[in-house]
Amino acid sequence: MSLVQLTVPDSMRNHGTMWSKWKHRGLPAYFLALLFTGFYVLVYWFPETLKPLFRLLDPLSNVLRGSAADHWFLYGTVYTVAVIVMGVRMLIRYRTQRYHIYRTLTLMAVQLMLSYIIPALLMRIGSKEFYFSYFWPLKPEYLFPSNISALVQSDNGLLMFMGFWTIAMTVVATPVLTYFYGKRWYCSWVCGCGALAETAGDPFRQNSDKTLAAWKIERWMVHSVLATIVAVTGLIWWANIDPTSPIAPYAHEANRVYGFLIGSVFSGVIGVGFYPLMGARVWCRFGCPMAAVLGLLQKYASRFRITTNGSQCISCGNCSTYCEMGIDVRAYAQRGEDIKRASCVGCGVCATVCPRGVLKLENH
Amino acid sequence: MRIVIIGNGVAGITAARYLRKFSDHEIIVVSDEAPYHFSRPAMMYVSMGHMTLDQTKPYEDGFWKKNRIELVHDAVTSIGHAEGPYRSVELRSGSSIDADIIVFATGSQPAWYNWQGEHLPGVQGYVNKHDLDLLERNLVGTRNAVVVGGGLIGIEAAEVLHSRGLHVSMLVRESTFYRKVFPADESEMVTEHIARSGVDLRCGTNLERIVAGDNAARVDHVVTSSGESIRADLVVLATGVKPRIDLAQMSGIAVSRGILVTDRFETSVPNIYAIGDCAEFDHGVEQLWYTARAHGEHLARVITQGDGAYARGIYFNSAKFFDLEWQIYGTVPADSTDGTSVFWRDATSERCLRIAHNHGTVIGIHAIGIRLRQDVCERWIRKGQSAAVATKEIQSAIFDPEFSRKVTI
Repeated sequence: MSLVQLTVPDSMRNHGTMWSKWKHRGLPAYFLALLFTGFYVLVYWFPETLKPLFRLLDPLSNVLRGSAADHWFLYGTVYTVAVIVMGVRMLIRYRTQRYHIYRTLTLMAVQLMLSYIIPALLMRIGSKEFYFSYFWPLKPEYLFPSNISALVQSDNGLLMFMGFWTIAMTVVATPVLTYFYGKRWYCSWVCGCGALAETAGDPFRQNSDKTLAAWKIERWMVHSVLATIVAVTGLIWWANIDPTSPIAPYAHEANRVYGFLIGSVFSGVIGVGFYPLMGARVWCRFGCPMAAVLGLLQKYASRFRITTNGSQCISCGNCSTYCEMGIDVRAYAQRGEDIKRASCVGCGVCATVCPRGVLKLENH
Repeated sequence: MRIVIIGNGVAGITAARYLRKFSDHEIIVVSDEAPYHFSRPAMMYVSMGHMTLDQTKPYEDGFWKKNRIELVHDAVTSIGHAEGPYRSVELRSGSSIDADIIVFATGSQPAWYNWQGEHLPGVQGYVNKHDLDLLERNLVGTRNAVVVGGGLIGIEAAEVLHSRGLHVSMLVRESTFYRKVFPADESEMVTEHIARSGVDLRCGTNLERIVAGDNAARVDHVVTSSGESIRADLVVLATGVKPRIDLAQMSGIAVSRGILVTDRFETSVPNIYAIGDCAEFDHGVEQLWYTARAHGEHLARVITQGDGAYARGIYFNSAKFFDLEWQIYGTVPADSTDGTSVFWRDATSERCLRIAHNHGTVIGIHAIGIRLRQDVCERWIRKGQSAAVATKEIQSAIFDPEFSRKVTI
C-alpha cells in the first residue's frame, strides 16, 4: 500500500479503505485496539512490567533529562516517534496539499520540541517539567493555586515566565486565536493529542460515528466533562482560599477521581486505545474539556467556518465518511449551507476528499 | 392528496423533500433500484472502496419516517385508471396505489448502439445499482478491461477499473479526450493526465464489435474501428445514456426521446408530471445531477404553489478526471481561441483556467485543477462583466484551499 502511495502521481486516494481489515474494523483492527489499550494500562498502572523497555532508553534519557528513564519517558518517546513516523506518512500522502503539509510539520515540531525535548531539558537543568503547548482545562493542574501562584510569585525568571505564559495562553490567546482562526489553531496545529490523532490516527478517521444519536451523546459528554473540571478547579481554589471550609477535604479527592477517570482512563486508554474502532478523535470529540471550550468559542465567537460552494455538491458523502469528528458534513453541503460546528477541528480533510471542490475552510 | 413519485434518484427525492416542506400531502416514492436513495455520482467511490453503499445515502434511514415520506421498494408495472379522477399505480408485487398525482422520475439508462456481442456476459454499463453489483461479479478473475466511450461515465469507469488493478484500455471517438466539450489545450492536458495515470487511452478509436471466447461463455476481446483486437474479459459500455421512458410509453403518455413535458413538467396526461433525466423539454433533455435537483424543487413549487415556468439558471457542471478536478460556469466553446478567451496555464503544475468572452464580455469560465467560486462566476456572467476586469480580479473567484499556489493569470 505505502509503495503504491509513493509511486502514484497524486496520492490523496482512499482506494480499498472500506475493504481493509486494518482500517475498517476487521479482526486486525481489534488486535491493534487491544495492543494500544494494553500499552496504556501497563504505563498507567503496571509500569514495572515495562522496565526492560525503558532501561533501553536510559542513555537517551541521561542525555536529555540528566536522569535514568522511567515509564513516562518511555511513553513520551513512543508517542513522539509515532507522531514523527506517521507524520512523514501524512506528508507523503497529502503532498499535493499545502495546508496538510504545513499543519503536519507544525504538529511534528511542536510534539518534538515543546512536548518532548524542552520538558526534558527543563528537568535536566533542575527547573520544572513544563509543557508550553498544554493549557487549562486540558491540563487542569496548570491553573491550580499550588502551581500558578508559585510560578507567578517565583524569583526565578523562567518559572515566572511559565506562570504568565499559562495565564496569557488560557485567558488571552485562546479566545483571540479562536476568534480569528477557529479551534483548529490548537486542535489541528498545536495540541499533542491532535498531533497523534492527525498522524497515527489518520488511517482510522473513517471509523467515527456520523449518526445524529452520536452527535447528541457527544454534546452531553464533552460539556459534562467541561462542567466537571470547572467545578473541580473551583473547589480546589475554594479549598485553597478557605482551608477550614467543610468542602476542603473533598476538593483534592474530586481532583484525584477526575484525574483517574478522565485524565487516565478516558484520554489515554479509551482515547488512543479505540483509534482503530471509533476513529482517532474519540477523546477530542467526547471527552476533551479544552475542545469543549474551543468549540463554544468557535460556534459563538469565531470567524471560522467551512463554506459551501453554491450548488456543486453531488451528495457523494466522501466529506462525511472521512470526517474524524463524525460531523455529517454532507448534510450541510448538499443544502448549500456553511458548516459551523463546535466539534470541527479544521483538519481540512473534507475539503481535500471532496471530488467537486465544494468545501473550503475560511476565516471570514 | 396523494402524490406517487416513481424513482428515488435525486430528482424524485428532491421533489419529495420539497413537497413535504411546502405541503401536507401524502407522499409515496416507489423504486425497484434500491430501498433507499443513494447518491448516484458516488457509485464509483463504492466500487473503489472509498465508501460503503450505506455511506452514499444522503439521509439517515430515519429521515423518511420523520418526514412522512413513504418509501416502497417495488417495480411499477403499469399505470391504470382507478375510480373517479384517480389513477392507479400497479406494482409487481400485485398491490396497487391510487394516486391523485403521479411524477415520473425514472431517470436514464445506458444508450448502446447494437454492437455485435453487446449482450455477452462480461459486457455491462455503469449507471445504476444493478451495474454496481454486476461489476463486482464481473471483476472476479478479470485482468483486462476495455471502456468504450470518452465521456464522464467512461472516465469514472476507467478510474474504478484501474484502481482495482486491471489493465484498462479506453476507446475514445475524439482525437483527444473530451474534445467535443474542451478546447484543445484543456483536452490535451486531461489526455496526458489520463495516460500518465496508467490507462491505455486510445483516442480516435471506435468500437467495431465485441467477440466471445471459444466457448462463447464470456467476452474475450474487442475489435476496434481500425481492425485491431484488444484483449478484454470485461467491457464497460459508457457511450452515453438515454431517458428511461418504457413505462410512460406503455401508459399512453407522449414520448419522443424522453417523456415530453411543458416548462411546468406537465406530460400529455393531466396530473402526470415528469422530471429529471427522463423528461424532454422543447429545448431537449437536461441530464445532469444539478438539473435533476432543480427540476425536483421546482416541481414541488408548481404542484403546491402553482408556480410558473421552470427556467434553467446559468449552466454549471463539474467532474474529476482521475486527480484533475474540472469546474465550468456558463459557456466555454470547444473552439475557443486566443481571440475569444483569456487562457492561463500553470508552468509547473496541471492547472489551467479559461475565461471565454464575447467581444470582451464574459460568457463562461472553466478551470482544471483550480476550484472556482460559483457565486462570483455566475455574477460575472449574469451582469456581463468585462473579461479584462474578471482577469484582473480573478483572485476573488478562486475557491482553492488555503496556502494553495496563486493563479497568476
